[in-house]
Amino acid sequence: MATKNEQLENLNEIRSLMERSTRFISLSGLSGIFAGIFALIGAVIAWWILGFKAPGYPEGITSISDLSYKQLMWYLFMDATIVLLLALGTSYYFSHRKAQKEGVPFWSKSTRRLLANLFIPLTAGGIFCLILFINGNVSIVISLSMIFYGLALYNASNFTLNEVRYLGLANIICGIFALLFPAIGLIFWAIGFGIFHIAYGSFMHLKYDK
Amino acid sequence: MENPIEHLDKIYDSRIRLGIMSILMVNEWVDFNSFKEFLETTDGNLASHLKALEKKELITVKKQFIGRKPKTSYRATAKGKISFQNHLDALEKIIKEQK
Repeated sequence: MATKNEQLENLNEIRSLMERSTRFISLSGLSGIFAGIFALIGAVIAWWILGFKAPGYPEGITSISDLSYKQLMWYLFMDATIVLLLALGTSYYFSHRKAQKEGVPFWSKSTRRLLANLFIPLTAGGIFCLILFINGNVSIVISLSMIFYGLALYNASNFTLNEVRYLGLANIICGIFALLFPAIGLIFWAIGFGIFHIAYGSFMHLKYDK
Repeated sequence: MENPIEHLDKIYDSRIRLGIMSILMVNEWVDFNSFKEFLETTDGNLASHLKALEKKELITVKKQFIGRKPKTSYRATAKGKISFQNHLDALEKIIKEQK
């Protein structure tokens, strides 16, 4: 007859396998902190590109800077792209490192499932925002990029650490506020992508990474 | 009083078979290599445990070709899910009674 301890061990094994086979648990808290820092730097650069004025400024985007309209849009686009690439790069680096440290495979079924559930809504939203951006709706893009990102995170949270859900919700709320108050949209952008990521990343780092 | 241990299925005595069923309770189709990653076992060992579960009709097998590479995937049958659920219930009962 199996002892109680053996049975408990069995149950723990079952729980852990159910968890590991559906969720990617190596997501590193440090990557959240770095993504937040890059976003804050990016927001300050965007603010500087816009001549320290908000893109929702009533005079419109063309009259608030010495740069030509085309140049301005190009700089903003480059700024956002570099922030995104740096954030993705560090997320990959730190999560890969964490998976190695824990001795679990980085590239597994659960990783693929997380990526599909994150990037399909995110890419759809990204293309949508890019088209709006090309058409000059910068203030709407600031809001929508956060809403889409938040929805993608909320969706992806089913396949990774559960706390990602709250980061998603926080970004959705920030996105809605950015749309309500376009004059200070960039501030909400900095809070959502910057401050919240740093707060989330620090919390997760302390809780899971050690 | 009935003995809950009678409800424990002998087939789940093995750690690997227990693991296979746990994974299949929460995933639809799982391929051979994914099992290998999660359970950290050898090909031969895993194959024989999968065969045993298949023989009891607790799981079904699907064979496909991805390009030229064969890929074998597994899914828990309705019978398998019920049987494993009963096993879990029995486990839970034993632990509660021994408290």
